[in-house]
Amino acid sequence: MAEPFLERNLRIAPVDVYVDPPEPRERAIVTHGHADHARPGHGAVLATPETIAIMQARYGADAAGRWDPLPYGEVREIGGVKVSLHPAGHILGSAQVLLEHRGRRIVVTGDYKRLADTTAAPFELVPCDLLVTEATFGLPVFQHPDPADEIAKLLRSVASWPERAHVVGCYALGKAQRVIALLRAAGYQEPVYLHGAMIRLCQLYREHGIPLGELRPALDAPKAELAGHIVIAPPSAIKDRWSRRLPDPVLSVASGWMSVKQRARQSGVELPLVISDHADWTELRQTITESGAGTVWVTHGREDALVYWCRQQGLAAEPLKIEAYEDGPEDEP
Amino acid sequence: MRRFARLLELLALTPSRNRKLEALTQYFAATPDPDRGYALAILTGALTFKNVKPAVLRDVVTREVDPVLFAMSYDYVGDLGETIALIWPHHADDEEELPTLSELVELFDTTSKGQLPALIASLLTRAAINERWALVKLATGALRIGLSARLAKTALAEMSGKDLQQLEEIWHGVAMPYGELFAWLDGRGERPDVDHASRFHPMMLSNPLDEEKDLATLDPADFAAEWKWDGIRVQLILGPGGVSLFSRTGDDVAPAFPDLVGAVEGEGVLDGELLVGRGLEPAPFNDLQQRLNRKLATQKLMDDHPAFVRVYDLLFDGREDIRPLPWSARRARLEAWLDRHPQTRLSLSQLLRFASWDELAELRRRGAAEQGHEGIMLKLASSPYVPGRPKGLWFKWKRDPNLVDAVLMYAQRGSGKRSSFYSDYTFGVWKGDEIVPIGKAYFGFTDEELKQLDKWVRSNTIQAFGPVREVKKALVFEVAFDSAQLSARHKSGIALRFPRINRIRWDKPAAEAATLEDMQIFVEAT
Repeated sequence: MAEPFLERNLRIAPVDVYVDPPEPRERAIVTHGHADHARPGHGAVLATPETIAIMQARYGADAAGRWDPLPYGEVREIGGVKVSLHPAGHILGSAQVLLEHRGRRIVVTGDYKRLADTTAAPFELVPCDLLVTEATFGLPVFQHPDPADEIAKLLRSVASWPERAHVVGCYALGKAQRVIALLRAAGYQEPVYLHGAMIRLCQLYREHGIPLGELRPALDAPKAELAGHIVIAPPSAIKDRWSRRLPDPVLSVASGWMSVKQRARQSGVELPLVISDHADWTELRQTITESGAGTVWVTHGREDALVYWCRQQGLAAEPLKIEAYEDGPEDEP
Repeated sequence: MRRFARLLELLALTPSRNRKLEALTQYFAATPDPDRGYALAILTGALTFKNVKPAVLRDVVTREVDPVLFAMSYDYVGDLGETIALIWPHHADDEEELPTLSELVELFDTTSKGQLPALIASLLTRAAINERWALVKLATGALRIGLSARLAKTALAEMSGKDLQQLEEIWHGVAMPYGELFAWLDGRGERPDVDHASRFHPMMLSNPLDEEKDLATLDPADFAAEWKWDGIRVQLILGPGGVSLFSRTGDDVAPAFPDLVGAVEGEGVLDGELLVGRGLEPAPFNDLQQRLNRKLATQKLMDDHPAFVRVYDLLFDGREDIRPLPWSARRARLEAWLDRHPQTRLSLSQLLRFASWDELAELRRRGAAEQGHEGIMLKLASSPYVPGRPKGLWFKWKRDPNLVDAVLMYAQRGSGKRSSFYSDYTFGVWKGDEIVPIGKAYFGFTDEELKQLDKWVRSNTIQAFGPVREVKKALVFEVAFDSAQLSARHKSGIALRFPRINRIRWDKPAAEAATLEDMQIFVEAT
């Protein structure tokens, strides 16, 4: 196709607006609230109301010069480019960006997944000509299991070690709330204990109508109370001094990376939970196919394999290698 | 199969021995026969499927997966078995349980080589994603989950309340799927009867000598003394069925020492130390290590480091169990046995003559200084051969450790309970203006000291590499070690044997730590 109106650094050329820019820009569209996509310091931010609430909670109300909320499905016309946001299923407020200009449709997925998740609006398929997709789990070895099975594994372990605490390493925004919601869906009624970094964001999810049941700060609980209970903490805390307050903790991490047992073992994780907020290999391919796009750009992740697969399907595909987006095993957002 | 898959995963990921033990105990108690018997065989390495090679699985998978994508995936995952388990692209429409372990064993055993790929493909498809890893591990027999056969046996003993020694005695006489064994463990049957003369017998072990307490109360006239040989303890079983060479944990190491097992004569069960060296003279432990690290021996290794056993006890004389006899009587039978069966690869461990503890102490000191002996073994002359570590019968009197003041260089986080602590320490000595590492130790300090060390490491870090921190070269450890050897693999050229932290010298400036030249006097001349 002719050179698209979106540049490879995700700048919308006709209007000088960037999608998820790593550096401060005059005008930015932000797909979701994770720090590698949502940076403070832009002149104006267009995003879903939920994403704006998350950014304000994390960075303060003055983190952008102007906030421009755009609910899912509504269209905003900017200098001849029609912009609309569509659920990406990744976390609360996460969106794919649909750009329409002179009859051409471009979708920037941001991070997304298609598995059911009660803490995020379900992924919506948006047909387009050019699909800009993530590829965090872009290898055929990544086939995410049913998260309910993973939660059942956690609950079995809690039942068999009643004298120990289970500390689950979770990214503070999104994963933590999803794991709690999955626990509740499995019928788990006990209080869930939180590391300090989780509390404010859990509160924010509740304010958006997502029930999480009884939550307690782990800091205030006496050590004995935590035995037989589940504690949610950032992955960096579970192996550090913070976890010493817990009674003989079982170290767990909820992440798509946990499917590789060698990795889990090397990082000392006893109870890996394969719970991911990103599309797995099947979902990535399904989305590319169903979008009808003839051209695919891959922003970040294991882009080589996905680009190779796209070309096998006869699609034009290229990696963008946007390095600002995180994709390491330590910090899957 | 599902329960076994969960067990394998837990065993692979749990660092704690106690938790592994508990999980095994629960599994064996909750799983019916004969499944648990097959599980036991798989866990202890007694059952492998000779037709199911990793290459077969690889072929099955690469027929279904694009080779480029497979290569990229293997490169990322790093482990062939795990790549296969993760990448298998087909899923059963309905959740269908995998066959039980015994059904699987039967399937693998009865399926022809030609049909095997189709069987494996169908099993992979039927398995849930998180069961495939266990399935592949099980099929290829390459468990590598950090589990010793002994731990599995310990779990059986704990489950049943039976004595581990009794279990180990019959272990090599019972066969998969261990129906008789479990019947005995459950209290439903007699202990299986095995041919005792040809089976491994748990060894009699010694206790460390407490110089102040023990020497004051024990009478030297009641004891015999020998050098403490620096090899590995073995039990040599010679019988009509052939020759076995068991290590202390009951593993048969005979295949690695054909030069030894091919040359021994007679019938009986002997206890001794496996050593290497020419002319029945022991070479340093390092030389033996080279042969221990391999499953089979090459001709060159056997020529360079011929193996022999220094024998010091006889458990069965021919087929007669003489373990109840006193040590002195067994010793006489051993000497007579060796006279009857002349040997080229066995030699008798000589007794040391002494009249008083002072005299023996002098021998121990000179033996260490002049011949590099590790120490002395003391055996009560009237003691029967008792498996385990009975008190008051055998003592080991190690030579005094060598001590060196070394500087802490790097600290690494421990595992399990210690995973939040920097508990593994690399230390070094001066070489000119720089410090070169000479060893690593992770014990020898109290929990309280560990907390202080952890704090010190965190506040004196100069660089971090993943779980490792480089620290300011300012803290001195007094390191105790048994011996030092030249080593081409270490930058300092020296490797310490059994190093441990003896004292933390908070008071000592790093500049006063030892130098590499100081270390030379410890390096064994041999």
